[in-house]
Amino acid sequence: MTIRVNGTEVASPDDARVSLLDHLREGLHLTGTKVGCNQGACGACTVLLDGQRVLSCLTLAVQADGREVTTIEGLSEGDGLHPLQSAFIEHDGFQCGYCTPGQICAASAMLRELAEGVPSYVTADLAQEHVSVSREEIRERMSGNLCRCGAHNGIVDAIFQVATEKAA
Amino acid sequence: MNPVSYQRASSLSEAVQMAETSRLLGGGTNLVDLMRKGVEQPSRLTDVTALSAAIEETGSGGLLIGAAARNSTVAAHPLVRTRYPMLSRAILAGASAQVRNMATVGGNLMQRTRCLYFADVAGSRCNKREPGTGCDAAGGFDRYHAILGASSACTATHPSDMCVALAALDASVRIAGPAGERTVPLVDFHRLPGDRPDLETVLELGEVIETIEIPASPFAARSGYRKVRDRASYAFALVSVASGLTLREGRIDEARIAFGGVAPKPWRAHRAEAALRGAVPSAEAFMAAAALELADAAPLAGNAFKIELAKRTLSAVLTDLTGDDR
Amino acid sequence: MSKVQNAIVGSVRTVLGWMPSQWLPGGTPDPLIERRAAIGRQASRLDGPLKVAGRARFAAEVAAERLSYATLVHSPIARGRITQLDASAAEGAPGVILVLTHRTMPRIESPALISMSDFSAVGNSDLPILQDAEIRYNGQVVAVVVAESQEQADHAASLLAISYARAEPATRFEEAKAKSRTLDSLLIERNHVSVGKAERELAQAAYCVDNLYRTPWQNHNAIELHALTVFWEGEDALTVHDATQMIAPSAAVLAKIFGLKKDRIRVLSPFVGGGFGGKGLWDHQILAIAAARIVGRPLRLVLSRESVYRIIGGRSPTEQRVAIGADADGRFTALIHGGHSVMPTYGACPEAYTLGSRALYRAKSFEILQHHVDLDVVPNTFMRAPGEAIGSFALESAVDELAHSMGIDPIELRLRNEPERHPISGAPFSQHARRQAFTDGAKRFGWERRVPEPGARRDGEWRIGMGCATGSFPYARMPGASARITLRRDGSAVVACSAQEMGMGTSTVQTQHAADRLGLSVSEVTFELGDSALPAAPMAGGSSQTASVAGAIIAAAEKLVGELVRLAGNDSPIAGLRAGEVRLVDGGVGSIEDARRHEAYSSILARAGRDEISVTATGKPPLEMLKYAMHSTSAVFCELRVSDVTAEIRVDRLLGSFDCGTILNPQTATSQFKGGMIMGLGLALTEETLFDERNGRIMNPSLADYHIPVHLDVPEIEVIWTGIPDPRSPLGARGIGEIGITGVAAAVANAVFNATGKRVRELPITLDKLL
Repeated sequence: MTIRVNGTEVASPDDARVSLLDHLREGLHLTGTKVGCNQGACGACTVLLDGQRVLSCLTLAVQADGREVTTIEGLSEGDGLHPLQSAFIEHDGFQCGYCTPGQICAASAMLRELAEGVPSYVTADLAQEHVSVSREEIRERMSGNLCRCGAHNGIVDAIFQVATEKAA
Repeated sequence: MNPVSYQRASSLSEAVQMAETSRLLGGGTNLVDLMRKGVEQPSRLTDVTALSAAIEETGSGGLLIGAAARNSTVAAHPLVRTRYPMLSRAILAGASAQVRNMATVGGNLMQRTRCLYFADVAGSRCNKREPGTGCDAAGGFDRYHAILGASSACTATHPSDMCVALAALDASVRIAGPAGERTVPLVDFHRLPGDRPDLETVLELGEVIETIEIPASPFAARSGYRKVRDRASYAFALVSVASGLTLREGRIDEARIAFGGVAPKPWRAHRAEAALRGAVPSAEAFMAAAALELADAAPLAGNAFKIELAKRTLSAVLTDLTGDDR
Repeated sequence: MSKVQNAIVGSVRTVLGWMPSQWLPGGTPDPLIERRAAIGRQASRLDGPLKVAGRARFAAEVAAERLSYATLVHSPIARGRITQLDASAAEGAPGVILVLTHRTMPRIESPALISMSDFSAVGNSDLPILQDAEIRYNGQVVAVVVAESQEQADHAASLLAISYARAEPATRFEEAKAKSRTLDSLLIERNHVSVGKAERELAQAAYCVDNLYRTPWQNHNAIELHALTVFWEGEDALTVHDATQMIAPSAAVLAKIFGLKKDRIRVLSPFVGGGFGGKGLWDHQILAIAAARIVGRPLRLVLSRESVYRIIGGRSPTEQRVAIGADADGRFTALIHGGHSVMPTYGACPEAYTLGSRALYRAKSFEILQHHVDLDVVPNTFMRAPGEAIGSFALESAVDELAHSMGIDPIELRLRNEPERHPISGAPFSQHARRQAFTDGAKRFGWERRVPEPGARRDGEWRIGMGCATGSFPYARMPGASARITLRRDGSAVVACSAQEMGMGTSTVQTQHAADRLGLSVSEVTFELGDSALPAAPMAGGSSQTASVAGAIIAAAEKLVGELVRLAGNDSPIAGLRAGEVRLVDGGVGSIEDARRHEAYSSILARAGRDEISVTATGKPPLEMLKYAMHSTSAVFCELRVSDVTAEIRVDRLLGSFDCGTILNPQTATSQFKGGMIMGLGLALTEETLFDERNGRIMNPSLADYHIPVHLDVPEIEVIWTGIPDPRSPLGARGIGEIGITGVAAAVANAVFNATGKRVRELPITLDKLL
């Protein structure tokens, strides 16, 4: 069985205990995906699994067999930066940079969820098909990604900018 | 984590067969974490995420949700959002977007308590982990623990948000097993701890959750889920309330109420519902109904505040649901 | 921390007080204060592109052939002995290479405790590290398991069979208070300050408040787990990729412990995923290095989040008494601050929560004294603004309480007690504009909209309140900071020292600094850090790194001037000028008096036939700290809502107004301030390490159960500053890393009082305390 990681087929590990996170970092040396808790509580290990944001620390690598994994290393096309990556730099959406890949991966999926009209806990009217972008919506939807340096404002500003540019 | 083998069930019957000798794995958001902590030590895992994840209407106007449906899919589904908004809201109140993308509906039902002592294999005694060994939560940190339905053996709470809404909505659980299929009301699916807190649900060995059925609901217009917690987001409930009601001629026709965060299972508030039937909506009536439901509440050293909090939260939710702008 | 230290520090201060300021560092203001190009300019972090792409390489991300993986096993009891230890099942488990216990661990010395007299000593405790069967705290490491994979190591760790004989631990704060210790000094300060008769003044005061405040255990919770990757070359050469905020000190201490020559050990830490005081030298590095030497293979140890809680100490809990007496005009007649915090006898980090109370207000009398409670616990350590973060909660709550009881505005009360000089030492302030910080902040925040009467503002079920507080954090520049400047023939420069980059923006800001110092553009300068092979920089702590490194670069630049003048010789436009008559400007050396006399670096080096010139120097001793009262100060404003139904608190607005000297990079500085303020929100509202006093066990060793603020908890924060340069510090700058958190908890608590009329004197302010 194989996993497609950033477009490349890779073997899944023999040991079923190996998390997708450890497989990426230790097995494939794709260390852009970070380990912050291994408890499903911080979001630093966020990757896209078939386009959906998930926690790679609580995903066994074997569960990703036959599926497509996108990590921070595969987020942008070519050598350039993804618009979110540029916006994070512009708005200083990080300090130490450790939670950053997880924040950016989560944000990229979140933008798509917003565009598809997926509601959140703070969406006033769940019946509405469209969700309007607001900082509060972004904050709620990004609350699964902890940041200890306190770059929250910059992160939200960066995402808000990309979200509204996209919509414009 | 102990060595473990992994297999995938491609059909319900295969899952039933495998379930007798393995643990079922959905999104893994709880089970994998508990395996890493040593709380769970299965030697074999059966991935059941390939089973039915369909969300479809039933003939009687209800909804049938496959156990493998992801939490996020259910919350975002147009029929859930329009007919059962309290369920959408409850799911969206839980965990994070990443976790909801992973977690399955079946797994959500099966998730285990977040009691700190339950999770501490190396350092704490726990009757839920090892029946009869004692409970170190007693006299310890019990702020998140139960005020209703607990026993001297265990006061841990069930952490689900989704199940609270399902309890209020009269959902039922379709179970497949070696002896065939059966259906259990969601409110009877989870057990109270008694002297066997390790037995958390009515599932027997080899049984597999197949679907959740939610009957047609008249509550869509007046229903909600409110969760009170220590952070604004991404924290388990101290108290949560799922409620829906209908009004007729200025009186409450029918009310549905369930509490989360206060009991070892999603707590359907039958007494409060009965008290409200036919009542004229008022803050006094709501508080009286809440007080009735919580009359038997047994607070621990650190969680007596939950009684008042539960009453106030319920009253506020009911006030909101009976408001003119609904 | 003794009477001797008090005497030495006291006499040095006395001598410096008499000494003309020109003789001292900072005596003449840094010329760059007036002559800035890159400094003070908004600049995105230079390491940004690496970080957003996930290409910044952290300690656990160094690849290696034949890498082995380690995991730790912790004691579940607080006090006692190991009576039986059966490692056979673990040793026989698949993939296991080594099980290291007290029986097999090589005999080593523990690192020397952190000390104010020896800055190379960095130990948080002097307990033996896996040397005997004794258990001294719950969580202590009892074994290290090394295996071919992390999964195998973790599993084998669960197979160790260990029996313990339990002894009665000291784990209850209240009981241990009776046997507390009272030391003579507190960091570099005298512990006991007694000016006038404070208790008597308090008893006679027209107005007074006298209350107890409590703050809990807390943990740093940097998102990057503590981790290291270890490479031994034979038995006598060691390379450690560590997540540390003390590179050079760690290298020195590890060399001593493992009997290595100083040039045979290298500690690398180019990126650190957050530190906040927690990423020091602890047991795990020593254990991993010892284990790697035995297995003879590269080894990686990434602590589990649980292990971080078990063996990396956090902020000590405190119980503080603050009493303030005031006359009818609100002038303080007595300021009393004291209490208890935990510091085990084997620890070294006093929680100096009274330091701010010595610096903030003028008062007729002072009585300040701290006591240490000795518990059997993981040694506590410094955590962002140790002392000040929680001391300011007590003091600034008390000031608010006093203002309320007097019926005057809390800002007005503070300004009435604004000191002209340091209230205790009498030393002059180097620069002090807290009054401006307050007035600017109040105006920007709209403080005039605050309704003094509690509970008066409502919005639906929410009660709205405003609060403010002030903070003070001492300036520090560490002695012994060195830097190397290498000028190349192409006119570019490399500036290097073993500084730490944990996200403060050090690499970016020091690049800006070096560019201005050398008269180059930012693109012509490379700043290297994160490697003990570079000239030694002190640890990153005490908000001191920027000033310390800047002082070293200043010294190196001065030396460079001399070298360049010599090298330029007689055929240069600057021939005949002495070092004191030139400066580094426009990519070369130029006369201060005559701008036409200038020669480019490239020209000087070319004529001398040199490819490069390199100088290394150590910054001058930081005597300015002792001559002047130097403090970063702040005014913090908070507006929040408290639900009448659930007592949930939502912070809507937070503004910090800072007086910290020159702001070197507005963008990274803003992030530093905000980061501190957000940690302050956690301190105020959600954070607590749950320490079970029955057995000394931390019960929430998890980011799910220890609540640091999430995005939805964090409002849009506003940050402003006076920007007035400090004439006594390098670049005119004082520290900004810790002043941000200081005062925030009090501002929040005071806003909660304004919203509800309820005064909560125990952190965190969770809803159950308001219901």
